[in-house]
Amino acid sequence: MADQGIGARLTRKEDDRLMRGRGQYVGDIRLAGMQDVAFLRSPIAHGRIRSIAVPPQFKDAVFTAADLKGVKPIRAVSSLPGFKASDQPVLATNKVRHVGELVAMCVAPTRAEAEDIAASITLDMEELPAVHDMLAARSPDSPLVHEHWGDNVFLETFANVDIAKAFDAPIKATRELRTSRQAMSPMEGRAVVAAWDSRLEQLTVYTAAQMPHINRNGLSECLSLDQAAVRVISPDVGGGFGYKGILLPEEICLSWLTIQRGHPVRWIEDRREHLTASANCREHHYVITAYADRDGRLRGIDCEAHVDSGSYSSYPFSACLEAAQVVSILPGPYDFEAYRCRTWAVATNKCPILPYRGVARTGVCFAIETVLDAIAREVGMEPYEVRLKNLVRPEQMPFDNITKKHFDSGDYPEALRRAIAAFDLPVIRERQQRGEPDGRLIGVGLAIYCEQGSHGTAVYAGWGVPMIPGHEQATARMTPDGGLELRVGVHSHGQSLETTLAQVAHEILGVEVARIRVVLGDTALTPYSTGTWGSRCAVMAGGAVASACREIAERAKLIGAKLLQADAASVSFRDGSVVSASGDVGIADIARTWYLRPQDLPGDVNRGGLEATVGYKPPVDSGTFSYAAHATLVAVDPEIGDVEILDYVIVEDGGKLINPMVVDGQIYGGYAQGIGTALYEEMPFDSAGQPLASTFADYLLPGPTEVPAPRLDHMEVLAPYTEFGQKGIGEGGAIAPPAAITNAVNDALKYLGAELLISPITPGRVLEAIAAAKSKQAERAGVAA
Amino acid sequence: MKPARFDYERPRDLGAALELLAGENVTAKVLAGGQSLGPLLNLRLVQPDLVIDITAIPEMIRVEQGVDHLVLGACITHADIEDGRVPDVTNGAMRDVAAGIAYRAVRNRGTIGGSLTSADPSADWVSALAALGAEVVLRGPGGTRTLAIDDYIIGALETSLATGELLEAVRIPRLSKTARWAYVKKCRKTGEFAHAIGAILVDRDRNLCRAVIGATESRPIVISDARELFGGADAKEFDGRMADRILLDAGMTDPLDRQIHVVTLRRAAAQALQ
Repeated sequence: MADQGIGARLTRKEDDRLMRGRGQYVGDIRLAGMQDVAFLRSPIAHGRIRSIAVPPQFKDAVFTAADLKGVKPIRAVSSLPGFKASDQPVLATNKVRHVGELVAMCVAPTRAEAEDIAASITLDMEELPAVHDMLAARSPDSPLVHEHWGDNVFLETFANVDIAKAFDAPIKATRELRTSRQAMSPMEGRAVVAAWDSRLEQLTVYTAAQMPHINRNGLSECLSLDQAAVRVISPDVGGGFGYKGILLPEEICLSWLTIQRGHPVRWIEDRREHLTASANCREHHYVITAYADRDGRLRGIDCEAHVDSGSYSSYPFSACLEAAQVVSILPGPYDFEAYRCRTWAVATNKCPILPYRGVARTGVCFAIETVLDAIAREVGMEPYEVRLKNLVRPEQMPFDNITKKHFDSGDYPEALRRAIAAFDLPVIRERQQRGEPDGRLIGVGLAIYCEQGSHGTAVYAGWGVPMIPGHEQATARMTPDGGLELRVGVHSHGQSLETTLAQVAHEILGVEVARIRVVLGDTALTPYSTGTWGSRCAVMAGGAVASACREIAERAKLIGAKLLQADAASVSFRDGSVVSASGDVGIADIARTWYLRPQDLPGDVNRGGLEATVGYKPPVDSGTFSYAAHATLVAVDPEIGDVEILDYVIVEDGGKLINPMVVDGQIYGGYAQGIGTALYEEMPFDSAGQPLASTFADYLLPGPTEVPAPRLDHMEVLAPYTEFGQKGIGEGGAIAPPAAITNAVNDALKYLGAELLISPITPGRVLEAIAAAKSKQAERAGVAA
Repeated sequence: MKPARFDYERPRDLGAALELLAGENVTAKVLAGGQSLGPLLNLRLVQPDLVIDITAIPEMIRVEQGVDHLVLGACITHADIEDGRVPDVTNGAMRDVAAGIAYRAVRNRGTIGGSLTSADPSADWVSALAALGAEVVLRGPGGTRTLAIDDYIIGALETSLATGELLEAVRIPRLSKTARWAYVKKCRKTGEFAHAIGAILVDRDRNLCRAVIGATESRPIVISDARELFGGADAKEFDGRMADRILLDAGMTDPLDRQIHVVTLRRAAAQALQ
């Protein structure tokens, strides 16, 4: 038997089901008597509802806020000082604040009929001026999303560490940068089936969710139901990426409806709803200045950042999710002495900002890595040389950085050196001088980041949001036939936890991976957990499973010692067996005896049995800091603006890799999304706040031909505080590509004097930047003449 | 995103289809492959009373090869052409164009006639068939008529199809063995609608030198005698300024937009004349 434990490259247990199309998603669920729901959504970005007129024949099939008596609005507050709370009504009351906000719920035997009913409703609204740009929303004469606030700022945060010390630096580079609003676009959208069980007096909500226990908290709160009366089941989920880590107004609406009507109801998000009404992430604006010495040594960073938080604070991560993090993570993996940063989480007439793989880090990495390249050009050094001067060095680890982030371990310079060594930089520089035969311009770009993952209680308690992770729990239970069941409250929607958690258990108990079943996604079957987010499962659920399995091993020792007629203190647990000086007994035999042949055990056997729920937290829970250096070679077509990725290298450190193939898969997926951010994905708006891309014909996602295979290289510097030295890496792939690709494009365009400072880099933007550089040069030539 | 209620008919002969189409007080939509109509129905951007599926009509799936042309029924799919299930008279040009349309799933169902009749300026057949000098055969209650592609496509999403008329077939002229052809489109990603199309046909034996600039805001720009673009009969120098002027005259005011169209046509010319 090949090794199946930590570090084994096992194929995934879940693939047999998923690859054959036998997964079970919410959309596959058919319950007797189930009816479909369609929502009437606000057609405008900002307005007051005058009246909602429902044709008489549909009176019983349409529900508005007036019907949902006693249902509480969604409220996600942060305890950070100055945070302004918003109430998100589950159905609009009085005012709508974004296009697509839920106004009425329509129920019918089929979705098409429910949509017919929605189309028959006459919505009379007074349109109010809307604000969809975060900078415009800061201006004093802006329309107000929440009038009683007096402005449009959810939260302002500020940090200053000796910034004045940097002001005399000889080199200064300032850049204004923007990242566009994106939609996360998982293959499966949101989906909800709600059913009331009158026997159990329990609401069951099937929902495509990453954090079922958190959804249960929120549902119970908004509907004033006992937690015991709510069961949340999240079956197979077709991609989460943060988009499914949210309490949905739709979940609350459908729960209320099934309780009222008695029959199950269903709502499946369609792609137009996803793009225009629900998904919103990544939109940042930076004005960032880097101060440096002439040798490239960074003296300080000064930054003002805006994050478009949309209209409401989403549960549980709140509207300050990204903006508040920008302050603390902007310094990246660098060591410098002066820092100032001010951020604003701005309310606009758009749907609420939600987490998306890489949360805030993608924008932050884009900002600091772009400005570092600007410094490199100023001082005439290679970008990697400037970075090597400033990266935290391995001998400084563990290192508390300028914002008090505790970098646990790693060798950042080595990652960068390896990434650069994967290219023949002198040859590329020579090629650039010579020019390409096809007239394109090539450029090399890099980006390096560190990513705090699996951060725990202290970090989240500081934010005071509705969800604070504590001890992560796992249940391990031996079955009478010698199998093992693992029950965890996190969920797996691409993370491969059915395989990797089994590998962790195998490492400790020796049970074959094929005999280990991982149970997830059901609040009735799994211990409480905040769920899957923040690159935390390998560390937290992995640690919890290891802890629970160790407890089972201890219990097995007590039973095994009796069977071996040995003193419990004299036996050990090794390779799946309890071993004494005179013999051994396997864990399967121990389980069989405990459950099926209790007569073989003496009366004084330990009564704990072979089922244990154990909580786990690393001794230092400020998070693991995985990191990666990305480097890419691109070709830019200066005539039509196309960018082609010719080569892409990722050197990353995930600490101990539980399953290297799974880690590769995570990086590939994140990298593909990063390419989307860098080159394709953007939700444009018109002046009235209307989202303009309502299908994938207009919202471009990269496809297989746009995602060339990257070259991967792993470093395995063990994390000091986690169970096996593993680090959270789930989001990393999506963080650096926009920065690396932008730097490569700018490296290619430097000969033309053009620079791109916005993502995505579209052909139009490339051509505009080149045209602007040309006219600037012409202007200069004119002045000189 | 479910369509509003509609009736659905799948007539077995052309007469029945024309009769349905002539029905009074009924708004009807013709479904050939459904790759454009399907999304429009689902988004409720069109809400016809009746959808007439014409894929069971023998004339619509016919293939006739003449001495100097090929006739393809309107419901021949892109994949039929891509896979060579229908004959080719274009030295492989149509197979290459078909293979580059959208994605395979779209090509399996999407049809040549449907694509022409949807008349999206960015669609491949709209420009490619104009450059190849193809014609459409239209059938109405009064009989048939034949139109050149560039007379059929009269604007963005607009054709000269009369009320009650159907596009029945496409006639593609046979290219000489020595004909030179190039088709270049600029997309941001594989399968996306084009942002610029350049197509060139140089068929000296038939005394033809035709250029098409497609994926504009409106119908493709057909330059029937493109020799002047190349500086006269035998020269091979592409005149970008002239192409730019043609685009400006056609109302393309954005200089960067003109630039990508000119470059795309120039690249097509380079391929055709190399």
